[in-house]
Amino acid sequence: MRIGLAALSPARRTTLMRSDAVQRLLAFAALIAIILIFSLLSPNFLQFDNVVGILIATAVNGILALGVTFVIISGSIDLSIGTVMTLSSVMTAVFITEWHAPVPVGILAGVSTGALAGIVNGTLVAKLKIPSFIATLGMLNVAKGLALVVSGLKPIYFNDTPDFNRAAMGSVIGGVIPGLDIPNVVLVLFGCALVASLILTTTVLGRFTFALGSNEEAARLSGVNVVGWKIAVFTLAGIFSGIAGVLIGARLNSAQPSLGQGYELDAIAAAVIGGTSLSGGEGSILGTVIGAFIISTLTNGLRILSVPQEWQTVVTGGIVILAVYLDIVRRRQQQ
Amino acid sequence: MATAPFVTGEDRVPDASGGLLVEMEAISKDFPGVHALRECRFDLRAGEVHALVGENGAGKSTLMKVLAGVYRQDAGRIRVKGAEVDIPTPRAAQLLGISIIHQELSLMPNLTAAQNIFIGREPRRALPFLLDERGLNDQVRKLFERLHIVIDPQTKVANLAVAQQQMVEIAKALSHRAEVVIMDEPTAALTDTEVDELFRIIRQLRDDGVGVVHISHRLEELKRISDRVTVMRDGQYIATVDTKAAAIAEIIRMMVGRTIYEEAPEIPEVADPNVVLDVRDLARGRAVRGVSFTVRRGEILGFAGLVGAGRTEVARAVFGADRPDSAQIRVHGRPTRINGPGDAVRQGIGYLSEDRKRYGLALGMDVETNIVLATLRKFLRAFGRVDARRTRATAEQLVQRLAIKTPSLRQKVRNLSGGTQQKVVVAKWLTANTDILIFDEPTRGIDVGAKSEIYHLLNELAKQGKAIVMISSELPEILRMSHRIVVMCEGRITGELSGREATQEQIMTYATMRAPVATVD
Repeated sequence: MRIGLAALSPARRTTLMRSDAVQRLLAFAALIAIILIFSLLSPNFLQFDNVVGILIATAVNGILALGVTFVIISGSIDLSIGTVMTLSSVMTAVFITEWHAPVPVGILAGVSTGALAGIVNGTLVAKLKIPSFIATLGMLNVAKGLALVVSGLKPIYFNDTPDFNRAAMGSVIGGVIPGLDIPNVVLVLFGCALVASLILTTTVLGRFTFALGSNEEAARLSGVNVVGWKIAVFTLAGIFSGIAGVLIGARLNSAQPSLGQGYELDAIAAAVIGGTSLSGGEGSILGTVIGAFIISTLTNGLRILSVPQEWQTVVTGGIVILAVYLDIVRRRQQQ
Repeated sequence: MATAPFVTGEDRVPDASGGLLVEMEAISKDFPGVHALRECRFDLRAGEVHALVGENGAGKSTLMKVLAGVYRQDAGRIRVKGAEVDIPTPRAAQLLGISIIHQELSLMPNLTAAQNIFIGREPRRALPFLLDERGLNDQVRKLFERLHIVIDPQTKVANLAVAQQQMVEIAKALSHRAEVVIMDEPTAALTDTEVDELFRIIRQLRDDGVGVVHISHRLEELKRISDRVTVMRDGQYIATVDTKAAAIAEIIRMMVGRTIYEEAPEIPEVADPNVVLDVRDLARGRAVRGVSFTVRRGEILGFAGLVGAGRTEVARAVFGADRPDSAQIRVHGRPTRINGPGDAVRQGIGYLSEDRKRYGLALGMDVETNIVLATLRKFLRAFGRVDARRTRATAEQLVQRLAIKTPSLRQKVRNLSGGTQQKVVVAKWLTANTDILIFDEPTRGIDVGAKSEIYHLLNELAKQGKAIVMISSELPEILRMSHRIVVMCEGRITGELSGREATQEQIMTYATMRAPVATVD
């Protein structure tokens, strides 16, 4: 007994190229091309110090992008990741500097703050059915305001705990291989990316992330606890925001309460450039990491070429539009 | 088996083997403004196929969704194997051994076939949050083998054809080792051969002792597959009858509550030899490979074929919705280029897609707006203001002419029945002075009563001199309605028949006539 094949031409049965895989390949090629072009235009670009600069610049945005990748694949959006990051760094600073808590406790407080914001986001979206764009836009402002309130509008410095900054900007690798002084924040980025990738591809949470973005109603009818898993996805994004907050605090040796807004757009851009579909159901961690590197490499290269800051922003915006357009063109061709 | 034609709940004596899998009693369910179910009952035995029929809106799907945990009843009791149960969620239904295949495909296109089938029940590894992907694929491969389904479990569902997706749905329902399988119009999107295969699976299930609920609009299927039939109307239980003992006409009478005659409408002779639409060598990718046909004034040209044969693609290309690779199109004898739907509308071509809700109507807007929307430019006064009096007059006139059943012109289209919605789409095209109308599956998802109204409408339009192309996968419909029938297979026209002389067998022969190069293993 053979079913459902009668009306099907052989052509339609050949497996189509997976769209996100193509985009990943394209993004990687673009990254290589950008690196080549800048290294030709400026001899300073491939200097070790500059490469490390790019890596450091990618760390925070990259980690934010990891979290938002999950949210976007699940078919929602999280605009609050930037300011939640700020709130997390402020909470870490309050614990460590003002309440003299041990550094690990401060880190835990920062990450928990992010997780809590994620739980609230997830509850608003999944339980109260508020569209994620609106709910997280609200959270963006709530977190921004809270960061200012808690910090008393002033930066909080980690001057009493120099180890905090050293842990982030010191180099474990440099200790093992002299000369290769890649700061630990970069290791944190790659560590987080590895964990995120494993979560997305090998765990139940990852499977349901794709399922939600692919057809939420179908998932619900299949008996999947849609509300619970959606909250979990937002919580995961919140945790990554928290980690990013701790990291940016350690890197700057201070919590800057007015920083953070706008970071969410760079992170979303990284995910989209890396092939995560804004309509949900498609995306990968590798793609997002490549996307984050494209953004920071571009910004860095333009700065080296003395292109003014405001024009750098224009270019990044253009790249995002181009990436989304290419994605749409490819989808159209597939059909 | 009871020999009396009517077997109702009271008449039935539960036998010693306790064959009753499911008993639903006095089930009521309200939606805002609607009594969807009023004191309905239903029961299901092990090893039977129980058909559930009724017009659209009769409450069949709602009743079964209550059983499957999608909705919760406001009142009433459900017993499964004699024990009273509460089914608050789809998961609860699964655990009770109740599986449902929904009317709308409910798969996740970005996941593979295997991932879809075991969603929510994925095999795990030693650590319970880790997925065992290989185990998953192995299990699904075995399941497919058992059901003789030839699909690679690792194919993304988005890359499967509709019929294959349906098979994945069925496999998913069966993977629960369900004792109760509910199929909500499983044959709506399937061709006759695929329906045969589906019925073979259903019989296999029945013989294994599974109770199957079969919701269908196709009454001719009842005799083939079901043991008992329950009829519903307006959210109420009407009767349960033994299929063998009941006549189809009797079932229809119970469904509509009045006697309607399912007699074939007369096919009037086509008087006018004028060719209105002449399509030559239409090609688009692999879907349409060199299709030529003509339609005359007052003629209904039927397009028959299996799902995926390329009929919709032909219609879309003629209408300009998709750009053909090559085409020579003449409208009223004049060579025409159609580069988009706008061109087609100006040439008097209208396309009524099979998915009215997605492509044909603005559901949230009222009847009048929908009717004049496409031609609003005709109703403008100075400074771009819409002439409300003229739009109203036009809409009123069309509502009368097409006998559109709506309480008022202000009624939102969303609240109309499928058949009435179809008429609103037709009215919309008539305001554009359309004289070529392409109907794609005009009666899909429409109940029996409304179907004959649509047939009547098609005949009326033809009589008024419109040229009509009707794409349909229902052979009786094609045979009954068409003056001429062209049959497609794999993007080509494989045969042309006169509507008077054609038989189902002839059409099926052409519909499966593959070109030698395009053999499918």
